[in-house]
Amino acid sequence: MAKRVALTGNEAVALAMKQINPDVVAAYPITPQTDIVQYFASFVADGQVSSQFVRVESEHSAMSATIGASAAGARAMTATSSQGLALMHEMLHIASSYRLPIVMPVVNRALSGPINIHCDHSDTMNARDTGWLHLYCEDVQEAYDNTFIAMRIAEHPDLLLPVMVCYDGFIISHSLENLIIEDDEVVRKFVGEYKPDRYLLDAANPYTVGPLALYDYFFEHKRQQAEAMFGAKRVVAEVSEAYARATGRGYGFLAPYRMDDAEVAIVVIGSTAGTARTAVDQLRRDGIKAGLVKIRVFRPAPVEEIVAALNPLKAVAVMDRADSFAGFGGPLFSEVRSWLYGRTGVPMANFIYGLGGRDVVVKDVLAVYEHLGKLAAGKAGPEIVHYLGVRE
Amino acid sequence: MGKLTEIRWHGRGGQGAKTASQLLAEAASAAGMYVQGFPEYGPERMGAPVLAFNRLSDGPITLHCHVTEPDVIMVLDPSLIGRSVTAGLTDHAVVIVNTGKTPGEIRGQMGVTGGKIYTVDASRIAVETIGRDIPNTPLMGALIKVTAVVPYEQFMTIMHQQLEDKFKAKPSVIQGNLEAIERAYREVRGE
Repeated sequence: MAKRVALTGNEAVALAMKQINPDVVAAYPITPQTDIVQYFASFVADGQVSSQFVRVESEHSAMSATIGASAAGARAMTATSSQGLALMHEMLHIASSYRLPIVMPVVNRALSGPINIHCDHSDTMNARDTGWLHLYCEDVQEAYDNTFIAMRIAEHPDLLLPVMVCYDGFIISHSLENLIIEDDEVVRKFVGEYKPDRYLLDAANPYTVGPLALYDYFFEHKRQQAEAMFGAKRVVAEVSEAYARATGRGYGFLAPYRMDDAEVAIVVIGSTAGTARTAVDQLRRDGIKAGLVKIRVFRPAPVEEIVAALNPLKAVAVMDRADSFAGFGGPLFSEVRSWLYGRTGVPMANFIYGLGGRDVVVKDVLAVYEHLGKLAAGKAGPEIVHYLGVRE
Repeated sequence: MGKLTEIRWHGRGGQGAKTASQLLAEAASAAGMYVQGFPEYGPERMGAPVLAFNRLSDGPITLHCHVTEPDVIMVLDPSLIGRSVTAGLTDHAVVIVNTGKTPGEIRGQMGVTGGKIYTVDASRIAVETIGRDIPNTPLMGALIKVTAVVPYEQFMTIMHQQLEDKFKAKPSVIQGNLEAIERAYREVRGE
């Protein structure tokens, strides 16, 4: 029977990894991901999983070992944060271009400097173009659920691509919350056994991984990789629906909130969506038609879903927990604006917030909606990119 | 969200503010409530001021930010009394301080008119029952008395179970902690 418990985000994700029982985990600890590695190492030491745990000396090696294991035919996982993700960056491209179904929880943390251990999304937004799927989680329950969903998406025979499961450092990773956990049999049946078609240790059917391809074939490989990623949308939808059937908890590409008759809306990723929902409820009590769209699947990009969700609005604000430094807004803003290009003339604003763990309270989100009111009435200034809650 | 109780814990590194917020969240969750328990993380140094937070509700909680206007302020070390403790203090708030002083004396020290102040000598209780000055568990007893956020009998049953799970090898710790909670529940004084 599914059970209601209280766990931190990292405890829940480590538990999900234990229930998946992958063949290989190669990981290096980094705050705020450390608990995952620590708990998983205990599961290995206590014989609660049959996984091989590879102790590596860096995140570059963690990803390299995970890639090696996955190419050999193993179900392989790792986990990281921030500088660790940056250090494995070149290997992220290798994992996706080899079509290796690796799943990696990433506990979002700012990139230095100055040195900071707290949450923002600069780490995973930097990994936007690595060819990985990106699932973002709002709370502990979603971090737990998306870990299983990610595994089945990654290993889907039509896909074979790596997936990051991103959730906010400390805010979710170290926050104790209620969640429903599933029986081992339920999630093991959902994830299924991994039986790769081709793998390096299959001596009877040799094949090559990682060959040289110059201008004669490289571009064709990349085109195929892009095609696979376009096709990932169908797989993400299918697997998420299967998870809803197995557990009763369903997740779409987006999670719209009070959007049916909304006139203005915020687009946001991660734990701030929950805080923003409280702001929406307050505004609705005052008769303001505010709505919210949380993005769960960032890659593959939810283009049609965003167009459908945002089309009838009077003003839209995109909240970015990362900056692109004079790139005309944060990465999410640039993306959402581009997805909407030619499909709507809705006025848009960008709010960069919460860098390095700066707390975002309901009042901050209300300030964004206040700006949206002005924008909808044509009374906002010419500034499009704003910084929320910073001393200037 | 239902009826929401927001709690802010003020302690010093090593006093167990984080543990208290986690134990309370686990206990309230076991009692069927929706919970959050989370600390403010920073450089972890023994003796440095630390904050921890709880949200307890009879409905789902979606807020993911610090508690800025707490319903309950828990002070593990009275030397922390100052602007950080009184920040966001509303008239309906409850302040529970670990001290041998009276609520009136603490009010004078805090220099505030709002809120309702309670005191309990949790450090002395901890030394006498657990053998060490770790005031976090007795303060939970005071919190349960003042707020009744979880009924006392139910809270004690859950705590017994949780302490048994955590300290299988040290039964004396279990008894000491339960006694500490029970004594603070009886000894806490209000204005």
